[in-house]
Amino acid sequence: MTKFKLTRRQLVQSSAGIAAAGAVGAGLLGRRRAFAQDLKITPEEGATLRVTRWSPFVEGDEKQWLANTEKFTKETGIQVRIDKESWEDIRPKAAVAANVGSGPDIMWVWFDDPHQYPDKLLDVTELADYLGGKYGGWYDGPKSYATRDGKFIGLPLATIGNAVVYRKSLVKAAGFDEFPKDTAGFLKLVQGLKKNGLGAGFTHGHGVGDGNNYAHWLLWSHGGKMVDEKGNVTINSPETIEAIKYASELYKNFVPGTESWLDVNNNRAFLAKQVSCIANGVSVYYAAKKDPALAEIAADIGSTNFPIGPSGQNAELYQVTSAVIFKYTKYPKAAMRYLQYMFEQPQMDPWIEASSAYCCQTLKAYAANKIWTSDPVFAPYAKASETLRTNGYAGPLGPASAGTMADYVLVDMFAEAVTGQRSPEDAAARAEQRAKRYYQS
Amino acid sequence: MASTLTTDAAGPMRTGGLSRLLENRNVLGGLFLLPAAVILLLFLTYPLGLGVWLGFTDTQIGRSGIFIGLENYEYLWSDSVFWLSVFNTVLYTVAASALKFALGLWLALILNERLPFKAFFRAIVLLPWVVPTVLSAIAFWWIYDAQFSILSWSLIKLGIIDTPINFLGDPNLARASVIAANVWRGIPFVAITLLAGLQTIPPSLYEAAMLDGANSWQRLRHVTLPMLTPIIAVVMTFSVLFTFTDFQLIYVLTRGGPVNATHLMATLSFQRAIPGGHLGEGAAIAIAMIPFLLAAILFSYFGLQRRKWQQGGRD
Repeated sequence: MTKFKLTRRQLVQSSAGIAAAGAVGAGLLGRRRAFAQDLKITPEEGATLRVTRWSPFVEGDEKQWLANTEKFTKETGIQVRIDKESWEDIRPKAAVAANVGSGPDIMWVWFDDPHQYPDKLLDVTELADYLGGKYGGWYDGPKSYATRDGKFIGLPLATIGNAVVYRKSLVKAAGFDEFPKDTAGFLKLVQGLKKNGLGAGFTHGHGVGDGNNYAHWLLWSHGGKMVDEKGNVTINSPETIEAIKYASELYKNFVPGTESWLDVNNNRAFLAKQVSCIANGVSVYYAAKKDPALAEIAADIGSTNFPIGPSGQNAELYQVTSAVIFKYTKYPKAAMRYLQYMFEQPQMDPWIEASSAYCCQTLKAYAANKIWTSDPVFAPYAKASETLRTNGYAGPLGPASAGTMADYVLVDMFAEAVTGQRSPEDAAARAEQRAKRYYQS
Repeated sequence: MASTLTTDAAGPMRTGGLSRLLENRNVLGGLFLLPAAVILLLFLTYPLGLGVWLGFTDTQIGRSGIFIGLENYEYLWSDSVFWLSVFNTVLYTVAASALKFALGLWLALILNERLPFKAFFRAIVLLPWVVPTVLSAIAFWWIYDAQFSILSWSLIKLGIIDTPINFLGDPNLARASVIAANVWRGIPFVAITLLAGLQTIPPSLYEAAMLDGANSWQRLRHVTLPMLTPIIAVVMTFSVLFTFTDFQLIYVLTRGGPVNATHLMATLSFQRAIPGGHLGEGAAIAIAMIPFLLAAILFSYFGLQRRKWQQGGRD
């Protein structure tokens, strides 16, 4: 109920925003009005499209996307070929395509990718404004990944939420009827879990998703940040040191080996009852539900957002994916038409639903999708787009923020300190030195 | 040379500039070389040259760079992660190559004996080499898994240890683990090539040595090894090159972790250049590998290959 109200309010707000923007110029006003009705994009004659997406983690996501695409081909006659690449190959392949000027017409990219080669991407502001106007506006976080200098260089497609996933029975056995809401309580819980025999485990290794999500939560929950608004490196701060100390306390109660964990280790260990509490996308729950042998675990899974730390804010990184159209495409209109089609309600709603809470909407109107209320485990993933904080907070997005994350500066800082290789102070100083390299070049 | 050519060209009664040109050995030789030269230039020299150039620029993905001289190298000089990767690479190469040589030679000697099912054994020895690296790396990933390692599991069941071994989490254990995986994969290449070398050694030499009363160690030391040295030089040069530039194994197993303890220069170069977007710096790291590689090649060529005694002279 609350969700609906919120959506409606946001809808009103964004309409007001549009009206205000429109009032600036009469011509602009006319254009905006046109958006509210419909945006007609006429694809080029004989167009065909190639789309490269990341390999799905949730079967339903791919099935529905393909079904929607098939529908599109039937209606428009445009053939669309969809290729899949593993999660981590997306960034290099997209970069090569952008630089070489050949490859897929549309690509699903991650995080700050659009900011690495903004000049090579088609300006889709008109389409984005139309969709935003029609569907309650874009969430700020995903939007900033896909916009540069006020222009959309891609359409934010989805946020892959991340949440703490735990075994309800074990949390209860550790003396917590409810999952703790603050970092102090969380530490007590993790200690309790370990004492009862099955510790928690959060990724300290080079896991692109899980490693970064956990490290950023640790930092932000304690009020630390990599850079300030102007991009000056501020990681070496008392807040960061506090975050590192807190991480070390948690780490003492983890199952062994979390510093070598990559993205899949925590899922695997959790489903094999080797760890009691992890942080992950909804895919781990999905895997448990799908497998009859894991029914017992699936029924015991609880999920919640990471607890609030001394900063008092719920701020997490999450993975944002945007759909970009490369400028080199021979069929820009067809590509835009395709994206428009996929973002429209008859296609987008079933897709979000079929993704089983793995893909969180980027357009506010879709928050009313029934998937979010269909299962209590999905609830913490529902607001991923709303609460996310962008990479390299509080600085600008771009090559520096992307490089810092890709070089695992933050992940390594925590891992170095929790494993005792460096003191918290040294680890923070070292992260500062490494981050400066990216932010000063 | 010149006189031969003149005779050749003037010899046959042929007319026409083209056919006369084709009779010229130098021209003909050049023509035969051309396809190979074009391929080498296009796919080897050009990328290498481009890499060297990139190393001197601040090129980033999506932004062409400008010449910045040695700035990338200056930064790397003060970058402890880079030096850690150099250390790891050298350790990885030296340890893995030495083990591969010792175990490979041992295996070759065993396979060279009269064994039952010799052909079968020789075939299965090749398996680790035949399996794609990524597949074997994934197998090792399970073997070394923090929770599901078969090694830890067996040792726990045998009552030798209580908690799983942290194969890829502890820096030194992680280094040892990736070296072991590399050795497993590299042994067949060394063993089979050395086996081929062993089979070219004339049995008469062993017979003569035996008549002189040499025991098996002396035969190995004074007949087998000297006769095998040229092959060893070639095999080990290749082995060192493969090991030094290894990428897939590390990338799958640890992605350079824990805390960069297993980052090799190749993986760090990739991490900085492609996911990190700093093509210039990545290229500089890759170029920094060249001196090491050249040193390795020169060492094995001059150190092992041209021994005068092999041509009947003295050292």
